[in-house]
Amino acid sequence: MDNLLIDYLPLVVFIALAMVIGGALLVAPFVVAHSNPDSEKVSTYECGFNAFDDSRMRFDIRFYLVAILFIIFDLEVAFLFPWAVVFGELGWFGFWSMMIFLAVLTVGFIYEWNKGALEWD
Amino acid sequence: MPEILLTVLLIAFKSLVLMVSLLVFIAYILYADRKVWAAVQLRRGPNVVGPWGLLQSFADLLKFVLKEPVIPAGANKGLFLLAPFILVVLALAAWAVIPVNEGWAIADINVGILFVFAVSSLQVYGVIIGGWASNSKYAFLGALRSAAQMVSYEVSIGFVIITVLLCVGSLNLTQIVLAQDSAWGILGWFWLPLFPMFVIFLISALAETNRPPFDLPEAESELVAGFMVEYSSTPYLLFMLGEYVAIMTMCALMTILFLGGWLSPIPFAPFTWVPGPVWFVLKMCLCFYMFAMTKAFVPRYRYDQLMRLGWKVFLPISLAAVVIVAGVLQLTGWAPGAQ
Repeated sequence: MDNLLIDYLPLVVFIALAMVIGGALLVAPFVVAHSNPDSEKVSTYECGFNAFDDSRMRFDIRFYLVAILFIIFDLEVAFLFPWAVVFGELGWFGFWSMMIFLAVLTVGFIYEWNKGALEWD
Repeated sequence: MPEILLTVLLIAFKSLVLMVSLLVFIAYILYADRKVWAAVQLRRGPNVVGPWGLLQSFADLLKFVLKEPVIPAGANKGLFLLAPFILVVLALAAWAVIPVNEGWAIADINVGILFVFAVSSLQVYGVIIGGWASNSKYAFLGALRSAAQMVSYEVSIGFVIITVLLCVGSLNLTQIVLAQDSAWGILGWFWLPLFPMFVIFLISALAETNRPPFDLPEAESELVAGFMVEYSSTPYLLFMLGEYVAIMTMCALMTILFLGGWLSPIPFAPFTWVPGPVWFVLKMCLCFYMFAMTKAFVPRYRYDQLMRLGWKVFLPISLAAVVIVAGVLQLTGWAPGAQ
């Protein structure tokens, strides 16, 4: 257990250091640079007129669909990772189990393709 | 207790050296990017600051720090500043596990590739938070596009990584490189047997890092600068830095997965004397050169073409490749660890 944690100690130190560098760069202009905001400067960027309504508007359902599909396929990849590592030791049994799993997901993929979930026109 | 403190200090020193050299390297990669782009368009590119413009990136850094940071009145201020910070920290974090030479990784953990994959997935949060917190239509649309694009290509990158893992049998990045060490040199690396996967990885890496021709999120002609439109000064710099660090990570991954990491392409005497990191950096530059040339002469994709390529072309091909590679390894008994 201790050894496992020691393996990850450098990771923590590295990320802490990355935070220091990122934080320093982020804070620097607030300390150094001249700041002179006025109402025009801090207004939302638009093409020369004031914004009509709230910018957090409704958006296309397809973005949501893509996110859902991503979860399905990314989970599939997550299952494949450990399988790929011990693939040689599993033999034919391991091979066919994963093929059946992939086949089931492929059926789902064909279904969503035919349903038009992947169409962007 | 003092031993632990000493270890932490040593790790911190090594991390600092790696991070500073990475950032200086990126300063020159940025310069190279602009020079290549200029050369293709028969321009000179940056040539004023320092000899041949070599100090251009550092002048840019100074300019960014001295610029006024504008925070829009309608923005969620905390989130607005948090977004670039998250992006750059996550982008840098991936470098903790990348081995530039045998045993040179800061953290040589046994799930290295999984860590890089996870951290690069998390970067989409930086983009989404930035686009949402800006409270601007352009930023919001850019963030949506960017998120959908990044997650779409993430999937095919995942499958490509699986095909390599099938040939290696380990998630450790050092092991992946050592698995390509053979008497064949450059012909023994994975780019040759897995060539279609190499091409898919390269193109997906372009899309994943929002590089042209897949720079839809910041398409200047329609969305001005996408999710970055409200950013100025160093918050903007951090977005750009995060993007370039992510590009470097992708180049390093390509080097490790397909181009044999720090191994010499010709496996005998005069070439094996060249230190590993030199080969590693050369291979990364080669990968980046492909990125830069693609930016210079490929026109931008349309959004429906982008999504079609990701979901209808790359996903089925890479899924089929996993099945084929697994089948071939199983039939021939070449799988690592096979009885």
